[in-house]
Amino acid sequence: MERQIIGKNVEKIDALALATGQPVFTDDINLPNTLHIKFLYSPHANAIIEDIDTSEAEKLRGVHMVLTYKNTPQVYHTTAGQGWPEPSPYDTCMFNQHVRFVGDRVAAVAADSEEIATEALKLIKVKYNVLPAVFTPEEAMKEGAPILHEENPQGVYDYKKNLVAHIEVKAGDIEKGFKEADVVVEHTFETQFAQHSPIETHATISYLDENGRIVIRSSTQVPFHVRRIVAQVLGIPVSQIRVIKPRIGGGFGSKQEIILEEVCAFVTMKTGRPARAVYSREEEFISSRTRHPMKITVKIGAKKDGKFTAIRMYALSNTGAYGTHGLTVASNTGSKTLPLYNKAPNVEFVADVVYTNLPVPGAYRGYGATQGYACLEQTVDMVAEKLGLDPIAIRKINHIRKGETSPIFEALGEGREGVVQYIESEAIDKLLELGAKEIGFYEKWGKKIRNGSKVRGVGMSLHMQGSGIPKIDMGSATMKLNEDGSVNVLYGGTDIGTGLDTVVAQIVGEVLSIDPKKVIVYPSDTDITPFDKGAYASSGTFISGSAVYNTALKLRDQILEVAKEMFGEQDSKDYILKDGFVISERSGKRVSLSEMAYDTFYVKKQKQIMAVGSFVSESSPPPFAAHFVEVEVDEETGIVTPIKYVAAVDCGIVINPELTKGQIIGAIVNGIGYALTEEYKFGENGKVLNPNFMEYRIPSSRDIPEIVPILVETYEPTGPLGAKSVSEININGAIPAIGNAIYDAIGVRIGSSPYTPEKVLKALKEKNK
Amino acid sequence: MKVHYKINGKDYEFDIHPGKVLLDVLRENGFTEVKGNCYMGTCGACTVLINGTPKTSCTILAAKINGAEITTIKGIGDILNPHPLQKAFVEKGAVQCGYCTPGTILSAYALLKQNPNPTDEDIKKAIDGNLCRCTGYVQQIEAIKYAIALLKEGR
Ligand code: FES
Ligand code: FES
Repeated sequence: MERQIIGKNVEKIDALALATGQPVFTDDINLPNTLHIKFLYSPHANAIIEDIDTSEAEKLRGVHMVLTYKNTPQVYHTTAGQGWPEPSPYDTCMFNQHVRFVGDRVAAVAADSEEIATEALKLIKVKYNVLPAVFTPEEAMKEGAPILHEENPQGVYDYKKNLVAHIEVKAGDIEKGFKEADVVVEHTFETQFAQHSPIETHATISYLDENGRIVIRSSTQVPFHVRRIVAQVLGIPVSQIRVIKPRIGGGFGSKQEIILEEVCAFVTMKTGRPARAVYSREEEFISSRTRHPMKITVKIGAKKDGKFTAIRMYALSNTGAYGTHGLTVASNTGSKTLPLYNKAPNVEFVADVVYTNLPVPGAYRGYGATQGYACLEQTVDMVAEKLGLDPIAIRKINHIRKGETSPIFEALGEGREGVVQYIESEAIDKLLELGAKEIGFYEKWGKKIRNGSKVRGVGMSLHMQGSGIPKIDMGSATMKLNEDGSVNVLYGGTDIGTGLDTVVAQIVGEVLSIDPKKVIVYPSDTDITPFDKGAYASSGTFISGSAVYNTALKLRDQILEVAKEMFGEQDSKDYILKDGFVISERSGKRVSLSEMAYDTFYVKKQKQIMAVGSFVSESSPPPFAAHFVEVEVDEETGIVTPIKYVAAVDCGIVINPELTKGQIIGAIVNGIGYALTEEYKFGENGKVLNPNFMEYRIPSSRDIPEIVPILVETYEPTGPLGAKSVSEININGAIPAIGNAIYDAIGVRIGSSPYTPEKVLKALKEKNK
Repeated sequence: MKVHYKINGKDYEFDIHPGKVLLDVLRENGFTEVKGNCYMGTCGACTVLINGTPKTSCTILAAKINGAEITTIKGIGDILNPHPLQKAFVEKGAVQCGYCTPGTILSAYALLKQNPNPTDEDIKKAIDGNLCRCTGYVQQIEAIKYAIALLKEGR
């Protein structure tokens, strides 16, 4: 197919507004008479509020409301913005009497200014009954451990054991598989708490419209889920709520949560005044969401020729004080990793998701796959070493191929059974070859090139992800034609900075053969646009994009139909759309979309040319990525420095190369931060000790290596114009690839991320003992 | 207390609380193009030029710089008339969510004023204090280099 608009570097449609500082973010508007909301947090990891006295705070001039569990709806819900019925447990209230981590919300003040609200917080007197706390899943599962959720929440597997979820899927006969193996390797790896760190923190503003409905303007990835969940918590119909998504300053999963919206809406509902809540950076660390830390054990059995006979993965996930995304993230740890090596006929995945008295993990780019690959891809290297194979060779023997399937697809979906699916597009061997060539893998691997105390090594890892959640996630769009041949697109999707609006404009431009500048995109406003599940699960281009694609096809059909009438012809079989015209190839007649709109608005056949379409997928076509990294390890200081990072990526057809590149590089750098420096430090009482960018180090411009993204195009028949997803997969490579490279350089495996100098030095010391 | 500034070439007088930081004074008075979030001088989103030098406005007491000349992103170019740096960021895919962008561009702007021929290392150093969680910096650096070319051509 000849491509006109896709595959081109169309400029991101909102980029200039952003680069010139237009007031486009949630908090860039200032409503008169706004109440500012500030929160009081629990200083204890586990406690019951015995008494809370807010009278002094209420007396302070300028204070209009003090919210606690006593005067807010005690509606158990989940903060996870997911599809419905929700796979996460209903274990949270707007304010809980039982506070379960240092940073759990105790109260909030709504006042005329932030200063007054902050002052008032100091006047709230709370009497806590402090309970013993548990900080690791192992402790929390022990007999006699404190029960965190005595209320036995709906959707929890076994509340008495603090077990939010237990997953077990099997294919084949795992024990037989290990017996048949010539070598068996088992490896355990632990990943840490981490923060998404979007540069814009969580922000919500709410107000009443002229008819008394609540309008929520929020930095969210999931406007429609916000509407549904706020309605549930406040006990009002969704028709009383409108959610507007302005520009979003990054999300990466953290804004797939409803954590400020319900509080703002409640204040507005009770006072009639606009309300505003904006998290500080510190609040973002202690009280928003984090990544699920996991301890994962992978056991692989393989024949002498390298073929896997069995893979077993066990994931122990720490879901902190609340179970949001607990089950589904852990599901993905297995479902987005194990099918990659479908040559193993015997597979088992087991996971336990456990409450502890620590901050709350939620959705985070990579969504469990990151944790799974951290361990799996290092174990695969260990198997290769035992067999005398190189890392690329062993992957070539075992990876999934086009036309193939894996029993895991069917057995394990997001928190429930999955769907059968076959791989329809894949270029893994090519990814491996191109990546290896770019990094010089075979020239460098096993060479331990030394320069004083610094040793270089190379490592790699292979990955797949998915595109949307099959049979669950739906997107939709409406579209109409204007007098100048431009098209308004209203779609439910949520661009959170990734460039989805631009991709949408390109898809519509391609289908209708019009300049994408003539496509005016209006995203996700629950009053105006049709439904979309939101921005998560690598679904933007795939689900929302397909919805737009389907709708554009319908609009095209109408356009052709009208052209037929205008041309006075019988059938439109050989009509084409070209540069804003409909052309009859047979008769040579042509009409511009602009003339057509004038005609249908004012002259003949008067009607609006307009279409609505939706999309839900039967499958979740995985993108694939091979990551290669060269690192330098300083044996004296323990510092690991990535020198060059190569990501060869198959995301189907590339709709916008520059935007795609941006997603890949951004995810890699996020991954490098997670692999090397980013981690929560906790005090003995479970308090976060480093809730700021000074002590929680995300990469800056000087921390990045040379980064080379290589795009290998395939055609995905189930995706819009052949596209798959790209945004999540590339965060998964840094931990395993760098881990494998460290091993190549200095011959030690470090059992947990991040790879800090202390750990490297300790491992070296043990090795040299 | 009263303070006077020249912001983007125009004179302003604000009545402020002496304890306020510049970032809040600017945002409260409609200069919402200045972003903030960490209030510790660590993210760089709040960068403005004070008498031509990039500074994090969250760590400066507004009262302390009475009489200063302040440049925000709108002072170097606007949506109708963008600066080459702004154009370059758009063209090179260096704007994702855009929250860090005004601050990063201002840091780059100050660098190019001082040193029109920076090395890659100079560029990285100049924007080192402007954290970006979306782009991974590569396209930002490419954009700054491209802007240098645009500026030389006088575009
Ligand atoms: S808000 Fe000023 S540096 Fe972060
Ligand atoms: S573009 Fe989002 S933080 Fe830089």
